[in-house]
Amino acid sequence: MSTTTVDLHGHPVDGEEHPHNPHHQHHFKTMQQQNDAVKIGMWLFLATEVLLFGGLFVGFAMMQNRYPDAFFQAHHHLDKNLGFLNTVVLLVSSFTMVMAVYFSSKGVKEKGKVVAMLLLTILCACIFLGVKYFEYEHKIHEGLLPGKFYSHHGDTVPNQFVFFSFYFMMTGLHGFHILVGIGLLLWITIRANRGEFSGAYNTPVDLVGLYWHLVDLIWIYLFPLLYLIQ
Amino acid sequence: MSEHTTHAHADDADHSGVPEHHGPKNPARTFTITLLCLLALTFVTVGAAKINFGAGNTVIALGIATVKASLVALIFMHLRWDKPVNGILAMSGFLFLGIMLLFCLLDFDTRKDPEPQNLPVKIAAPAIPTQGGTAAPATPAPGGAAPEHH
Repeated sequence: MSTTTVDLHGHPVDGEEHPHNPHHQHHFKTMQQQNDAVKIGMWLFLATEVLLFGGLFVGFAMMQNRYPDAFFQAHHHLDKNLGFLNTVVLLVSSFTMVMAVYFSSKGVKEKGKVVAMLLLTILCACIFLGVKYFEYEHKIHEGLLPGKFYSHHGDTVPNQFVFFSFYFMMTGLHGFHILVGIGLLLWITIRANRGEFSGAYNTPVDLVGLYWHLVDLIWIYLFPLLYLIQ
Repeated sequence: MSEHTTHAHADDADHSGVPEHHGPKNPARTFTITLLCLLALTFVTVGAAKINFGAGNTVIALGIATVKASLVALIFMHLRWDKPVNGILAMSGFLFLGIMLLFCLLDFDTRKDPEPQNLPVKIAAPAIPTQGGTAAPATPAPGGAAPEHH
């Protein structure tokens, strides 16, 4: 077997077989290795995201155990139908996102579909935030606010403000993630429109997709916990 | 290096240097079916919440949510086709969350409730709860006859 020639960075120089990908960073031997490393990094980040929300979920579990009646009464102020609508919207957005990731790996010829799917995802995200806006407006109007800002009158069960503290912190942190997601989606939509993604390199679409699915995954737990208490 | 060369030769010339994209054979179909399953499970969640199973409701709701989350993670997030290390990292997040929840709940369940439970008339819970830990006997009740320490 002939010796494999390597360049300064240790990349095998096989002539025509390995056209240099401009996105290939010099410290990775192959695009495959780079892609694997990138994915591991993203999943580590997602694990920390789970823990970030996890703290709020644990706090919610503790306080629901402590004030079960207050939490049950307070959750009646939430609109189940709007919560359900938002769940459906986010699930659909996850589907359009995964299709965008798929089309982006098909190369420049499918870039129209990538852009269309990403725009649909952004649309879903905006619908989600729009619904959230109306929900928040209703709560603020009724004085159903966190902690000391709680000013709802006529409660028969005390301590309902604890529920709304968690409601606003959890949906607020989640909503903030949706906002960040919209920014990221716009960024990759512009890049996709320029035809930057192909089978050899669609990492940004892939990673934004993972982020977006995690945001969906967290809502999957938030919806029954906040809106469907028994 | 030889490992790499073999790999490159095994590949089609068109795909050399291109990372492998493992995934479903018919992605549009797989992802559509997954979406329909997720939507159906959302209806099941809402339906199950209308029936009173007592304490079982939370378990059922979280169980369905976990099935949905698994579908999202395995199919939409490609964990099913990914390298196992990504799945292990994903699980580790939930593992440590589980540990946090477990010990917090253990602590919660084994603490004595400071509110009097054995009075003939149950005193309504205070409008403003005591501090988070709730079982701090050293803290005197406001205005109450706190024992004097000399």
